[in-house]
Amino acid sequence: MCSDEMAKLSQGKRDWEACTAKTEDRQKKFMTVSSAPIKPLYTPEDIKDMSFMRDLSYPGSYPYTRGVQPNMYRGRLWTMRQFAGFATAVESNERYKYLLSQGQTGLSVAFDMPTIMGYDSDHPRSFGEVGRVGVAIDSLADMETLFSGIPLDQITTSMTINAPASVLLCLYIATAEKQGIAAHKLGGTIQNDILKEYIAQKSWIFPPEPSMRLITDIFAFAGQHVPKWNSVSISGYHIREAGSTAVQELAFTLADGFAYVEAGIKAGLDVDLFAPRLSFFFNAHMDFFEEIAKYRAARRIWARRMKEKYGAKDERSLLLRFHTQTAGCSLTAQQAENNIVRTAYEALSAVLGGTQSLHTNSMDEVLALPSEKSARIALRTQQIIAEETGVAYTIDPLAGSYFVEAMTNQMEAEAEKYFERIEQYGGVLAAIDEGFFQQEIADAAYRYQREIETNERIIVGVNDYTCDETPQIDLLKIDPSIELEQCKRVQRVRESRDNLVCTNRLADLRKAAGSSDNLMPYILDAVRAYATEGEIIQVLREVFGEYKEKPIF
Amino acid sequence: MNAERKIRVLVAKPGLDGHDRGAKVVARALRDGGMEVIYTGLHQTPEQVVEAAIQEDVDLIGLSILSGAHMTIFPRIQELLKENNAADIIVMGGGIVPADDIKKLIDGGYAQAIFTPGTHTGDIVAWIRETVKTKLA
Repeated sequence: MCSDEMAKLSQGKRDWEACTAKTEDRQKKFMTVSSAPIKPLYTPEDIKDMSFMRDLSYPGSYPYTRGVQPNMYRGRLWTMRQFAGFATAVESNERYKYLLSQGQTGLSVAFDMPTIMGYDSDHPRSFGEVGRVGVAIDSLADMETLFSGIPLDQITTSMTINAPASVLLCLYIATAEKQGIAAHKLGGTIQNDILKEYIAQKSWIFPPEPSMRLITDIFAFAGQHVPKWNSVSISGYHIREAGSTAVQELAFTLADGFAYVEAGIKAGLDVDLFAPRLSFFFNAHMDFFEEIAKYRAARRIWARRMKEKYGAKDERSLLLRFHTQTAGCSLTAQQAENNIVRTAYEALSAVLGGTQSLHTNSMDEVLALPSEKSARIALRTQQIIAEETGVAYTIDPLAGSYFVEAMTNQMEAEAEKYFERIEQYGGVLAAIDEGFFQQEIADAAYRYQREIETNERIIVGVNDYTCDETPQIDLLKIDPSIELEQCKRVQRVRESRDNLVCTNRLADLRKAAGSSDNLMPYILDAVRAYATEGEIIQVLREVFGEYKEKPIF
Repeated sequence: MNAERKIRVLVAKPGLDGHDRGAKVVARALRDGGMEVIYTGLHQTPEQVVEAAIQEDVDLIGLSILSGAHMTIFPRIQELLKENNAADIIVMGGGIVPADDIKKLIDGGYAQAIFTPGTHTGDIVAWIRETVKTKLA
């Protein structure tokens, strides 16, 4: 921009400011859902230090701000991947087949709490929790049922599993073997992000050090044997759900990502062996532009650091590919049908932010697991965005917006400040140990709640626009008898397998856990012999110990 | 009992579920509301919750459950309270609990109140003050 035009611009802005000074705003503060202040107007002055080629460039080109593929959704739409799973493998298999028949393009498995925490269904700690928030998987027998009639070389599957991720990946590989499909043909993702468990989601089993060892074992094994598999999905979703701001979600997630990169390098792996298979998972909350800026900033920060700090050479190591889920915490139990509208706007921000796959929440998830009807509406929401709104026809359509670019820059700068603070603690693990992330998130969550309670923030149907209707939504009920059935099923597996082989495989695993061997081949051999998830995790628990958190609020 | 004594509350996360946002927000709001709050931390068994409640001599236990295990956990807590002669401790809950389950829990005497998402924390504080006062009267 020439200096003459810049001068005119400044004069114009002063004139406009003089005009607005005579007007009155309808509220005291305008802020994002993360409590960040928003200016009334953004102008070229807000992005005057930006360089198009340095900061934006072209889609598929460094620093990838505008997207990871050159043609983005003109080539292929994002994967519509609805998270589902409940009761036993039989019921969940039926739901997967239904979703696939309705045009869903990838699977995403939700496990129940005992599976997530590494307990078999008949363990005393599993009492009352079997099949409640996801599907119960105890052994290879359940996994064979879960994917029965679904050829695993023709679909990609995401599994939301962390502490026992190694076991579930091995179960998937062994299930594919039974279908006659080799591991190198498998595509999908395990979440496998233990750092965010300590920070936010709190489904840990082992202490950090052995947990990180399991993760680098998976990096090495998957890089060699399951090359199309995303060996970790570094997740901001749960950090946000726990109450963080958008910047905290961005910064803490990327900090976790860098910690995995450093762990891989420290374990002696070439960064370009494993970094191309690192993937990300973000939340799509209600603040439309803030979310779009977050995704764009994330791509840029990741590419810059991977290249400049970690010396990645393979272009694929620089690409931040991510899944998005709309914000469960933004849904309201009051007038629950309104959640369809919330989810649609959130999904739109994810698409405008260039997501690679997307889960849209069902309106009833604040009340129970989604019914078939509400799950279908959620999927249709994505299909409407893809087919009817036209937003997927051009790439990164909001680039060049003074507001969106200024916000993208600001989020990057604020994330960098968080990286410095984490560095001062001595890294992510040390900061977890000090309760830094946990306290930051708890503070933000409490502030948000206070803003609602003082009516500084309006949530439709909660603190304004309320009505006395009781929701008439048919909820999915989990029959309590399935717990008993599943317990019988795992007991039958223990009776019918070759227990000598199984015991030997578990003994081999125990020995390996005490050495520095990669544990994946041992776990794979154990699951092939129908060792249960609980038995495998118990062996590791005995060797590694269990993590305990200092409770703070 | 001394009239000046602060109301003592145990906020507990029973079961395997790790979603502690609600529990922590409520714990802080109760503390800001002038109560003594003890937070158990995560992954507690019903036995651990009841033991902590008795040891800490609380007036009330607040159970936060988002994992769908409420229909087994609330009755188990009540059973343990009775076994330990501590059935005078008030039990309330919060989380993802469908309306007809709330009715069953309250009608069955397993909980005196269940607060679901969207509740004003001020309403919880007021309810606890009122309920504890009635109990002591």
